[in-house]
Amino acid sequence: MGYTLTEKILMRNTGKSSLQAGEFLTVKVDRVMVHDLFAPFVIEKFREMDFAKVWAPDKIVFVYDHLVPTSYSEDSRHHKIADGFAAEQGIKAVHRSDGVCHQLMPELKYVIPGQVVFGTDSHTTTYGAVGALATGIGYTEMAAIFGAGELWIKVPPTLKFNINGNLPEGVFAKDLILRIIGDIGADGATYKAMEFGGTTIKGLSIASRMTLSNMAVEAGAKFGVIEPDEKTYEFSGIDGDYRNLRSDPDAGYEKVYAYEASALSPLVACPSNVDNIKGVEEMRGARIDQGFIGSCTNGRLEDLEIAARILKGRKIAPYTKLVVTPASRSIYAEAVRKGIIGILVEAGAIVNPPACGLCCGRSGGIVADGERVIAANNRNFLGRMGGPKSEIFLASPATVAASALEGKIVDPRIYFS
Amino acid sequence: MGMTLGEKILARASGKIMVKPGEIITAKVDLCMTNDATTHLSIDIFEQKLKAEKVFDPQKVVLIIDHNVPAESAQTAEVHKKMRQFSQKHHLPFYEGAGICHQIMVEDFIVPGQLIVAADSHTCAYGGLGALGTGVGCTDFTSVLSTGELWLMVPETLKFDLEGNFKSGIYARDLILKIIGDIGANGANYKIMEFGGSAVKKLTLDDRIVLCNMAVEAGAKSGLIEPDEQVVDYVQAAGRQVRDLFKSDEDAVYEMIYRYTLDELEPMVAQPHFVDNVVPISKIGEVTIDQGFIGSCNNGRIEELRVAAQILKGQKIDPLVKLLISPASKRVFRQALDEGLIDIFVAGGAMVLNPNCSVCWGGCQGVIGEGETLISTGTRNFKGRAGHADSRVYLASAATVAASALTGKITDPRRFVR
Amino acid sequence: MRKEFAGRVWRLGDDIDTDIIIPTQYLALETVEDMKKYVFNPLRPDLAELIRPGDIIVAGKNFGCGSSREQAAEILAALKLSCIIAKSYARIFYRNAFNNGLLLLENNELYDLCQEGDDLSVNLENRQVLLGERSFSVASVPDDLWQMLEAGGLVPLMRKRNAQ
Repeated sequence: MGYTLTEKILMRNTGKSSLQAGEFLTVKVDRVMVHDLFAPFVIEKFREMDFAKVWAPDKIVFVYDHLVPTSYSEDSRHHKIADGFAAEQGIKAVHRSDGVCHQLMPELKYVIPGQVVFGTDSHTTTYGAVGALATGIGYTEMAAIFGAGELWIKVPPTLKFNINGNLPEGVFAKDLILRIIGDIGADGATYKAMEFGGTTIKGLSIASRMTLSNMAVEAGAKFGVIEPDEKTYEFSGIDGDYRNLRSDPDAGYEKVYAYEASALSPLVACPSNVDNIKGVEEMRGARIDQGFIGSCTNGRLEDLEIAARILKGRKIAPYTKLVVTPASRSIYAEAVRKGIIGILVEAGAIVNPPACGLCCGRSGGIVADGERVIAANNRNFLGRMGGPKSEIFLASPATVAASALEGKIVDPRIYFS
Repeated sequence: MGMTLGEKILARASGKIMVKPGEIITAKVDLCMTNDATTHLSIDIFEQKLKAEKVFDPQKVVLIIDHNVPAESAQTAEVHKKMRQFSQKHHLPFYEGAGICHQIMVEDFIVPGQLIVAADSHTCAYGGLGALGTGVGCTDFTSVLSTGELWLMVPETLKFDLEGNFKSGIYARDLILKIIGDIGANGANYKIMEFGGSAVKKLTLDDRIVLCNMAVEAGAKSGLIEPDEQVVDYVQAAGRQVRDLFKSDEDAVYEMIYRYTLDELEPMVAQPHFVDNVVPISKIGEVTIDQGFIGSCNNGRIEELRVAAQILKGQKIDPLVKLLISPASKRVFRQALDEGLIDIFVAGGAMVLNPNCSVCWGGCQGVIGEGETLISTGTRNFKGRAGHADSRVYLASAATVAASALTGKITDPRRFVR
Repeated sequence: MRKEFAGRVWRLGDDIDTDIIIPTQYLALETVEDMKKYVFNPLRPDLAELIRPGDIIVAGKNFGCGSSREQAAEILAALKLSCIIAKSYARIFYRNAFNNGLLLLENNELYDLCQEGDDLSVNLENRQVLLGERSFSVASVPDDLWQMLEAGGLVPLMRKRNAQ
C-alpha cells in the first residue's frame, strides 16, 4: 500500500523508509512560530527546564499579533520580554506589527512545502495549505523544542476529502470548510490529518486553501494538508523537485469523503459551536449588530476584495458596525493601492492595522450582552467576543459584508450573478 | 465700550444687546454634543433622575462614539449600546467609528458665531471656525439636553497677538505648547483665549483649530479666532450657511495682551507629567521612546499627516518603536489614502489606525506599559494618561513625533524637514 | 503519583473549549495563579471558588477543544484536581494536560450516569472507576505519559534530562 502525503513528509523528515498510522516518532523541527501572547510563558518554561541556548535561532520566528496594537497596559510587557529573549538568543525573525502569525509564516516563506512546523497556536494547521505538516502545541512543549529541536508525535491516520466541480458564484472556501466541519463534527477529525484534494482544490488560490487548512483544527485535526502544486511553488518561491510530495494513488486513507462543489451554498456556523451549521437561507433576516472580516482564516486580499465589491458605493446599515482587520502589512498595502481600503472606509467600516484583532477576543470590537456578531474568522465559542450573553455566527467574508449592509444575515449570492 | 468676539457670541446667545465679563447669563445653545466618555452617565441622569421625556431639539443634539473604537471590553460595549438606543429613541444625529467628535463637528456642523456645549474639554477647538465651544460635565450637559440652555459667567478675554511666519519645521502645535508653557496650566483660567494679529490671516484652518483646541490646557473656557474668508469658504463648501461673522470691536477690552513672533519659535516639547512643563527641543537631551502617536483632535488632520509623510517617505522607523497614526476622521483617512500618505506610513512600518481618539485617550488602543515612554500629538500628558501609572508621555508636533520614530529618540524634526 | 484515589464530581458538558476554561481577556495576567479565579468563567463563574484539591471533573466529548492556550491545562493542574474523566479530548489539550502533570482518563458512559457532587473512586492499577456499585473501565495510561505525570510534568522531566 502506498503512503499519504502526511506519511511521506514524516518519512522524509525522520529518514524512515516506512511507517504507519499510530506509530510514535520523533521529528526534527524545521521551524517554529511563537506569538506575543504566549512568548513569556514559553521563555519562562525554557528557563525552568534549565536550557541556556535555543537549538537554532534561525528556525524560530516571533510574531506579535494578539496584542497589537496594545489594548491594556500589561500588553507591552509581552513584547518587551520577547524582544529581550530574541536579542539574547540571536533570533532575528521578529515581526512586531506586520500582521497575523499564520499569514506571515507562509507569506514570508518561513514555511515551505515538505516541512514540519509547530506553533504556539491552534491555527498553525494553516501552513498545511502550502504542503507542510504544521500543528499547534502548548508553550511547555514549545520550550522543549527551543532546547532540543525535536518533538514526539503519533503518526495520524488521514481522512481524505475529495472535492470536485466548480464552486457556485457567491460560495467560497469558507462555506466548503464549514460544510465539512458541520458534517463530521467538532471532533470528527480528532488526532487525524485532513487531506483536501480534487479539482475544486486545485482551482483554489493559496489564500482560499489557507482558509481550509486553517479551520481543520476546528474539526479536531492534527494537520490540514493540501498537496503542493505549481501555485504553491510560485507562492513559496521555490524550485527543486518536490514531485514526491503527494499522496500515492494507493495510499491508505482511514476514510474518503466526496463533495460536489456545485452543490454547496453559503453557510453560517451558529452560536456557540463551529459545527452548528445552518444554511444562510434558514438564518436569513436574523439581526446582527456587527460584522468582522479579518483573521488568519479570511483576512487576505481576496477576502477584502470581495467585501469591497459588495460594499462599493453602499453604506453599512445604521446602528451596525463592520470591523475589518487585514491579515498582514503587505495585504494592507496592496489593498490601499487597489483602492479597497478607500471603499471600505467610505462604506463606514472600521479598518484596523493588521493583527488578530477581534478574532482572539481580547479587544478590537467586543460586543454587549444581547448583541450579535457575524464574523469571517474561525471560532464562535461562548463569550469569545463579549460576555456569555452575546452571540457569534461564522460565515464567509461575502456573507459578512452583505449582512453588514442590512444589519441582518443576508444571502450574499444576491451580489453575484 | 466695544465687545470682544466671545462677548458678542454670548450676547447673541443670551438674547442681549451687550454682555460684560463677570455677568451671569442664560444662553441658548446652538448645538450640543456628547461622546462615549460620559454619555452613559448623562443618559442615566436624564432618564432616571430628571425623568425627561424628550431632548430640547433633536436636530441640535449630536451623539458620537469616538473614544473606545473599536470597543475593548464588554463594559465599553454596554456604554455604546446605551448611546445607540438613546439616539434611536430620540432620533438624534449619531456617529460611530466615523472619527473624533470634534473633527466631525467641524466637518459637519460648526458655523461661525455659534455657541456649542459638549461633554468634552476640547470643545474649545471650534474657535478655529469663529464659534464658541465650551466643555461641561455630564450634569450640566444633561441639563442642556433637556432645556437647550446653559447658565454661565461671561469670561474675560486674553488676547494673543501673533505676527511673523513659522520657519520650516515649526508648526502651530509648537506655538500653542509655547504659549501654555509661558502662561501655565492656570494662566487662562476661566478666560477666553483669543488669537489674533497679523499672522492669523496666514494661518490655515487646521492651524487655527490646533491653537484653539488646546486652550483648555491653559485653563481657558474657550479659544477663539475671528472667522474670515477661509472659514466662510470652508463652511459654505460643506453646504452650510454662514449667519454671524462677528469680529472683536476696535475698542474691545482685553484683560491682557500677549505678543508672539512666530519666527522666534523652536520645536517645543511638553515633558511628563504636565502640559505646561514645556521646553524647547534643544533642552530635551537624550530620551529614548517606545511609542509615537500622530492623531487626536489636536493634530490628526491632513496637514499633520502630510508633514509626517514627508519625513517618513522612503524610510523605516526604528524597529523597537511602535508608531501609531490615526487620521482624525473618515474624510481625513480618505484624503490621506488619495494622497498616497497611507502607503508611506504602511511601508515605513507604522500602524495605521481607524479614526478615533486612540492613544491620546489611552483607553483601548496603543495603551503603553510600565516604564514606557510615548511621544504624542495628543492633548494631555498627565501621569498614567496613556496607560500604566508608571509611564511617561511627551507632547510634541507631528513632525517631531515622526522624526523621533525614525531615530528611536526624541529628535528635532528640522533634521528631516525640507 | 497515586494509583488509587477518590474525588467529588463537577460535571461539565460536551465541547468545553479552552476559551471557556480561561477567557482571552485574562491571558495577559502575569501568572497562572492570577488566572485561577477566572476558570470556567463564561459558563460556571461559581466553580472557581468551589473546586477543591482532589476533585474530579467529569465531562462529555471533545473536552478542551479550541485554542492551544496551555494556561487552560496549567490552571486545571494548579487547582490540584485528581483527574479529568471525559468521553473524549481535543488533542492539543490532551498533550498540554500531561505536560502539566494533569491526569486525563476517558470513558464513554460515566458522564451520562453521574451527577454533580457524586463521589468517585479511581483505581489505576485495575483501571476501574467506581460510582457507587457501578464500575466503569478506563484505558491504561501509556508509560511515557505516566513517567511525565510522576515527574510532575514536562518541565521537571526536561530539567532531570538536562542535569544528566
